[in-house]
Amino acid sequence: MKSFTYERVDTPAAATAAFARTPGARFIAGGTNLLDLMKLEIETPSHLIDVSRLKLDTIEPTSDGGLRIGAMVRNTDLAADARIRRDYGLVSRALVAGASGQLRNKATTAGNLLQRTRCPYFYDTNQPCNKRQPGSGCAAIGGFSRLHAVVGASEACIATHPSDMAVAMQALDATVETVDKAGKARRIALADFYRAPGSTPHLETALAPGELITAVTLPKPVGGTHIYHKVRDRASYAFALVSVGVVVQPDGSGRVALGGVGYKPWRVKAADAELPRGAKAVTSALLAGAKTSHENAYKLPLVERTLAGVLAQAKG
Amino acid sequence: MKFDTPATENPIDQLKVVGKPTSRIEGPLKTSGTAPYAYERHDAVPNQAYGFIVGSAIAKGRIASIDLAEAKAAPGVLAIVTAASAGTLGKGDFNTARLLGGPEIQHYHQAIAIVVAESFEQARAAAGLVRVRYTRDKGNFDLASSLDGAIKPPAFFGTEPDSSFGDFDAAFASAPVKLDEHYTTPDHSHAMMEPHASIASWDGDKLTLWTSNQMIAWSVGDVAKTLGIPRENVRLVSPYIGGGFGGKLFVRADAILAALGAKAAGRPVKVALPRPLIANNTTHRPATIQRIRLGATPDGKLTSIGHESWSGDLKGGGPETAVGQTRLLYAAPHRMTAMRLAVLDLPEGNAMRAPGEAPGLMALEIAIDEMAEKLGMDPVAFRILNDTQVDPEKPERKFSQRQLNECLRIGADKFGWASRNPKPGLTRDGRWLVGTGVAAAFRNNLNEKSAARVRLDRAGRVIVETDMTDIGTGSYTIIAQTAAEMLGVPLDRVEVRLGDSLFPVSAGSGGQWGANSSTAGVYAACAKLRTAIAQKLGLDPAKAAFANGKVSAGGKSIALARAAADGEVVAEDMMEYGDLAQTFQQSTFGAHFVEAAVDAATGEIRLRRMLAVCAAGRILNPKAARSQVIGAMTMGAGAALMEELAVDKRFGFFVNHDLAGYEVPVHADIPSQDVIFLDEVDPTTSPMKAKGVGELGICGVAAAVANAVYHATGIRVRNYPVTLDKLIDRLPAIA
Ligand SMILES: Cc1cc2nc3c(=O)[nH]c(=O)nc-3n(C[C@H](O)[C@H](O)[C@H](O)COP(=O)(O)OP(=O)(O)OC[C@H]3O[C@@H](n4cnc5c(N)ncnc54)[C@H](O)[C@@H]3O)c2cc1C
Ligand code: SF4
Repeated sequence: MKSFTYERVDTPAAATAAFARTPGARFIAGGTNLLDLMKLEIETPSHLIDVSRLKLDTIEPTSDGGLRIGAMVRNTDLAADARIRRDYGLVSRALVAGASGQLRNKATTAGNLLQRTRCPYFYDTNQPCNKRQPGSGCAAIGGFSRLHAVVGASEACIATHPSDMAVAMQALDATVETVDKAGKARRIALADFYRAPGSTPHLETALAPGELITAVTLPKPVGGTHIYHKVRDRASYAFALVSVGVVVQPDGSGRVALGGVGYKPWRVKAADAELPRGAKAVTSALLAGAKTSHENAYKLPLVERTLAGVLAQAKG
Repeated sequence: MKFDTPATENPIDQLKVVGKPTSRIEGPLKTSGTAPYAYERHDAVPNQAYGFIVGSAIAKGRIASIDLAEAKAAPGVLAIVTAASAGTLGKGDFNTARLLGGPEIQHYHQAIAIVVAESFEQARAAAGLVRVRYTRDKGNFDLASSLDGAIKPPAFFGTEPDSSFGDFDAAFASAPVKLDEHYTTPDHSHAMMEPHASIASWDGDKLTLWTSNQMIAWSVGDVAKTLGIPRENVRLVSPYIGGGFGGKLFVRADAILAALGAKAAGRPVKVALPRPLIANNTTHRPATIQRIRLGATPDGKLTSIGHESWSGDLKGGGPETAVGQTRLLYAAPHRMTAMRLAVLDLPEGNAMRAPGEAPGLMALEIAIDEMAEKLGMDPVAFRILNDTQVDPEKPERKFSQRQLNECLRIGADKFGWASRNPKPGLTRDGRWLVGTGVAAAFRNNLNEKSAARVRLDRAGRVIVETDMTDIGTGSYTIIAQTAAEMLGVPLDRVEVRLGDSLFPVSAGSGGQWGANSSTAGVYAACAKLRTAIAQKLGLDPAKAAFANGKVSAGGKSIALARAAADGEVVAEDMMEYGDLAQTFQQSTFGAHFVEAAVDAATGEIRLRRMLAVCAAGRILNPKAARSQVIGAMTMGAGAALMEELAVDKRFGFFVNHDLAGYEVPVHADIPSQDVIFLDEVDPTTSPMKAKGVGELGICGVAAAVANAVYHATGIRVRNYPVTLDKLIDRLPAIA
């Protein structure tokens, strides 16, 4: 770990101002991802701006009947919130399928969206990795790629985004609210938030340097049955091989998003329309153009079968 | 004391303390966080500096240059040691690769430098500034493509590479029912909780290491040999060990580099291996490829058993002895086994819990299940039918005790085996396909000579000192029980001191020999102390009875403490062994039963029940033994379902080298576990009449799980771990 300086800020304006003063700084929230990466010198910020005590830790109704989730709401609190559990069960279920109780107590809504990939080569600074060190190559391609992406990947990077919460939020059409260095606020649809790796896999989101996430909003509840099925090698405390989040309405229509298959939570609007026709049709639409290695080819049948199981469960 | 004739009745047989389910005497220290582990010995010596180890970034080749300028100039740095500055170093007898690499690199993450600084953070930051340029050599990293070059290794820890009996080839060729299959087991990491850690301190040319090590005397010797100093100048202290599983049988880089760093810095230095370094820097259980051939008559009698195993290791290393159990487990008149060893440039392979038997039974006990099915026989009945009470390769040699059939029968009864549908893939519980599996457990018993010193102090307390280690197994407690039984005092009058090379040399913890061997050593020392005490009290040692804190003989009864009224009474002795282990085959046996459920859609596997029935000599402490067995069953579940070091065959290293990537079971993976110990005493093993259980518990578990998954799904997976990607294409069609 490189040495760094640290300050704590009380307002979003102070946070962005601090960033403007100290290029090379990073925001730190729960620190459950950033600190691990700093210990391994995968992230080497010269300055940390602690945003964990910003008063962005409440969940408020929005004027259009949805909820605004403060960026600093802890994963545990979000999962346990009565409104989330009642109206956005998918979010609650995805959250509790992730990490551990202790980690969820620290982890924040913003930090969760911005957690970085779990590609094992990304974690080993001896190995080539375009995401960690642009231009150095991708060790995962042709290597141990059992956990890697099957859609949306590029020649430069085949990493997946590891968040469970983001899969649920993607299915529910969440929007990310931010404020930039100049104090300007904007709203980014989660669907547009993550950048495809292309030739620049180190650039992961639509955020500009120093842009602070202040909240995530969920539109008004859509009803239906919410199921999140996370498939993994052990029963708990592991990242998804694949995960399937669905909201199914009584008439069989609904929406579906996948985790563990691409650089972002994977949602294809055309696939939603296939839901009444069953898992095979939905999977074809979702994973059209998939590219696999012999190590991760299993993800295609696994998605279809998991989805089939979930749809059967939704029918009751 | 020499143990060369079967034990007769002795004070241990009273079983007033021994054999009772006693809680760990050091348990409160551990559960309250006050048992000081090596890295926490802040009290041991003042002025400790911190060392951080740099691991090689390549698997094979040479260091072209190292630039230390930036690192040396970094804040707080006190010293940096590399192979270039360390002076001549030897290599320990138990190490295959050198513990400080350079300029030649033998494996990935081989230590190449230690940076010593005032704080841990400074040492770690400076380690990141060590600039190394390498010249890479081509290495051989793939076992499967190295089989042709594999050689017949020399005998390894007494295990010959080959064995044969009868005429296997002819018998197998003409067998009416045959099985010929290949199985693979992957590389495994010990993944113990406590990382390898040491604090080194020099006093002139004398070195003290507070460390985490299973085998004190071996390691004193290897520290001395590696550093080129006399053995007498080395002291190792290792009273608490946060798990070892074989990964701490030997001296590792933390100890040697702490010593080198301390010498260079002129201060005590503490070092722990960072988690991401452990998988590649230390040893692992090597992967195997195994071929098993079985021939049988239609009525289920095995006529031929053939088992071959290939594994790899660095040059100079040894094989994974995966065929050992096959020489002893089932009867058949015609047999062959063979082990072959390939040279691989992956990190050093070595012992991990039940080396040999654990991966060997992972394969053999699937093969037996497959053969039972070919024969249309129940797998429990098939095993029972092919039992042997003698060493099948030396029929004149009997097993000292062998209750495999009893384990199988009792287990089947308790588990409700009979209600099982013999056809696989037919039992449903909602979305789950449900199946049951069985496997035999087998692990040889080993006795190692072991010494102890026992004191009786003025207060009537008994103090036992031996360099035996407690790696979480319960050594403290069973040693205390042994001394209490021998001297007729309650358990709380006994103090046990372990893990210090100043104490008499014990068997150490490995190969499940620790419990029987170390307590037998304590028995010997206590027997000698009894004589000394009786003489002191003027009683006839041959008649003296020790009970309730008193010594009684010839109508007289005197308080034990009186013997020490004018000073401690001390006795030291060692238990040594004659040839009973040659006359009799001493082994431990068990049967594992598992119920597993497989999600019919996703292939996710969840265990529902596990039962182990063990016959392993006298159980010295059923609570500690049960804890060993359920821990081993858990580890076996890991081997069955998830544990695998992923090899990058291009760059030659284990990729998933942390506990996020190398998955071991969590609580949610482990269902209700039950353990039954059969009543058994084995007078051929020692006066304790005990054997080991710590490794027996893992043997066969993974195969029982794999067999249960087969029974649930009808899908046979022969390549561990049994993960859903190996099932997914063969699961039943979904709606
Ligand atoms: C052992 C382990 C297991 C885990 N398992 C899972 C799992 O199964 N599923 C899962 O989904 N997750 C899992 N996680 C990841 C966990 O969910 C994330 O670490 C956590 O959500 C990150 O939140 P944080 O607040 O701690 O973020 P931090 O570590 O503080 O920050 C993460 C990133 O977000 C940036 N950031 C934080 N706040 C803001 C803000 N307001 N605006 C702009 N940038 C910001 C930081 O600069 C940093 O780059 C696991 C983590 C660990 C350590
Ligand atoms: S997949 Fe992406 S993160 Fe992984 S090694 Fe390749 S570039 Fe790096």
